[in-house]
Amino acid sequence: MRLITERPDTRPTPAASRDRGGPQQPILIVNGLRKYFPIKGGLLQRKVAEVKAVDGVDFSVMKGETLGIVGESGCGKSTLARLLMHLIPKDEGELIFDGDPVDDIRGLSLRDLRRDLQMVFQDSYSSLNPRLPIQDSIAYGPRVHGVGKAEAAALAADLLNKVGLRPSMFGARYPHELSGGQRQRVNIARALALDPRMLILDEAVSALDKSVEAQVLNLLSRLKRELNLTYLFISHDLSVVQYVSDRVLVMYLGQVVEIGPVDAIYAAPRHPYTRALLDSRLSMNPLERMSEPPLSGDPPNPVNPPSGCRFRTRCAFAESVCAERQPRLAAADGGAHLVACHMADAESGHGRAGLSAPLH
Amino acid sequence: MPLDALADATPAGVQIARPLVEVRDLNVRFVSRDSRTNAVNGVSFSLQAGEVLCIIGESGSGKSVTMRALMKMLPEGKTRIEGYLRVGEHLIADMTDRQMRAIRGAEVSMIFQEPMTALDPVCTIGQQIAETIMRHEGCSRKVADARALELLQVVRIPSPERRLKAYPHELSGGLRQRSMIAIALSCRPRLLLADEPTTALDATVQAQVLVLMRKLQRELGMAMIFVTHDLGVAAQIADKVAVMYAGRMVEYGPVAEVLNSPRHPYTRAMLASNVHGHARGEDLDTIPGSPPDMRRPIRGCAFAPRCKVARTSCAIEPPPVVHLGPDRYFACIANDASAEAAAT
Repeated sequence: MRLITERPDTRPTPAASRDRGGPQQPILIVNGLRKYFPIKGGLLQRKVAEVKAVDGVDFSVMKGETLGIVGESGCGKSTLARLLMHLIPKDEGELIFDGDPVDDIRGLSLRDLRRDLQMVFQDSYSSLNPRLPIQDSIAYGPRVHGVGKAEAAALAADLLNKVGLRPSMFGARYPHELSGGQRQRVNIARALALDPRMLILDEAVSALDKSVEAQVLNLLSRLKRELNLTYLFISHDLSVVQYVSDRVLVMYLGQVVEIGPVDAIYAAPRHPYTRALLDSRLSMNPLERMSEPPLSGDPPNPVNPPSGCRFRTRCAFAESVCAERQPRLAAADGGAHLVACHMADAESGHGRAGLSAPLH
Repeated sequence: MPLDALADATPAGVQIARPLVEVRDLNVRFVSRDSRTNAVNGVSFSLQAGEVLCIIGESGSGKSVTMRALMKMLPEGKTRIEGYLRVGEHLIADMTDRQMRAIRGAEVSMIFQEPMTALDPVCTIGQQIAETIMRHEGCSRKVADARALELLQVVRIPSPERRLKAYPHELSGGLRQRSMIAIALSCRPRLLLADEPTTALDATVQAQVLVLMRKLQRELGMAMIFVTHDLGVAAQIADKVAVMYAGRMVEYGPVAEVLNSPRHPYTRAMLASNVHGHARGEDLDTIPGSPPDMRRPIRGCAFAPRCKVARTSCAIEPPPVVHLGPDRYFACIANDASAEAAAT
């Protein structure tokens, strides 16, 4: 058992010795997570509506895997990341980190969670303190967790080496003196400073140029191998997600529509939204041009999502049952591939229900 | 300058129509009290009416600056523009601000990456379209309003009557970009300049806007210069592709040839570092290092420090321009078979 009374000696222990549940225990379990943002208006600033940003999300992340999360802007993927980090309070739901409930009286404190779970943000500049040399930014976390000054500085130098920046050359620089790719390396080093076991990468490579993106992706895969990390990789770029992920989770308007192994999802998507998203990828071959867009319209407003299945307003196969009942996330092929669509459920009453062939 | 041979690229005796756009030896420098940034260095190209040119490059490669120079949209006083710039009958360098205002929006239009900042937040979409039409064609408000409605139908905005009265913040990103396109097309320009118009859009919406733009470009017979960093977007929309690096055009040609059989080491490296269709668990081929500091003059090939096939001479003299046909060239010393084998 962990002893909370051990504080204030909070010096980091090696990540491996903090593994409690064993390899079969998912590192993160999310149950029924929900977050509505109130919209205030009128004379008294009362709540007039709610943005249903994350609405009942369940999934788990196994140790050592990379789970990719894809979806369009406004689907709630960044809100989800912030909820997992406890940067914003959740409305409802449960988080279990390696067997321990988070922020619960018997569970893991936020301080412990943040040692094990760290995050890299999209905007590499705004997520660094402009007034701190980067080596101090990296050493800041360990200092807060009780590491001595000299030790923290040595740790920062070591981390800079790990992410491919020479400490003697870069350590004393300020964020504005670095390029976007270098800054993102600093952010990764900082996220690693507390020796975490899991990283949330929220669009961490999206703002980078393609050649720099490739460098950072290679760095991430090397760090994952060397440090035995688990990644939650959020991106809107489907090719990048396919390249890095073991499993993929597809979100639409605050809900999970499909989750499964990357090859199963990319080869045979079962949800019409996933299919449309994959068809929207642009071919690199000028001879294979798109003649019709795979999906028309924009995502609906999350303040007032459609009844039943939220995708039905843009779905080519929508029937009356789709407006009446919300599809549940259920196994599509009896395995790890789950989908929330009436067509995948033989008893839903949808005209195409139970057709085993993938959509085309 | 390495690329000025382009002007005589057409073999003698072949008569082709006079291009709509001609740029020769374009140099753009940004001058401030303590530095000179050489943003564009000797760029030359031409564009026929009805043709789509994609300029590809990373941030800082000078692709947007090249395009803005055509519209004289760079901050005056801080910018030094040299070179020959012609659009239709207009010699851009000699034009006054007043003359420029008359052709901006009428003969040459532009759309931007972020429609929210390009649209006026306090005017409705309908007012913004009608304003452009009245300004350039001097017609009545009533006629302009009717044209505005028609334009929203052309860009396939659903329930256009209602959308005319909407303010930009009431529209989604996709609808805003379509409104932007409607304004740009309102006076039937001969040339449309597009600066990363789909980069800020979601994948499904990006596909819609690209298909729409290609359709409209063909129907209206417009020429288009499309700046992007996304090779997939270029593959979808371009007739010709120009690859820029450190303010120079390093490769130019028909889209299928440049993307399927690139000749310049930078183009090759850029295509190889793409994750598209790359197997998992395998490292990506990256381009080491980062682009050069544009405040310093570059003597030889700007890509040499990062190039796999660079030789000692690359850093000393500018690379020769190798012409493979009337509209296909690249600027590299390593054009023989041995270098090709080393690069692949």
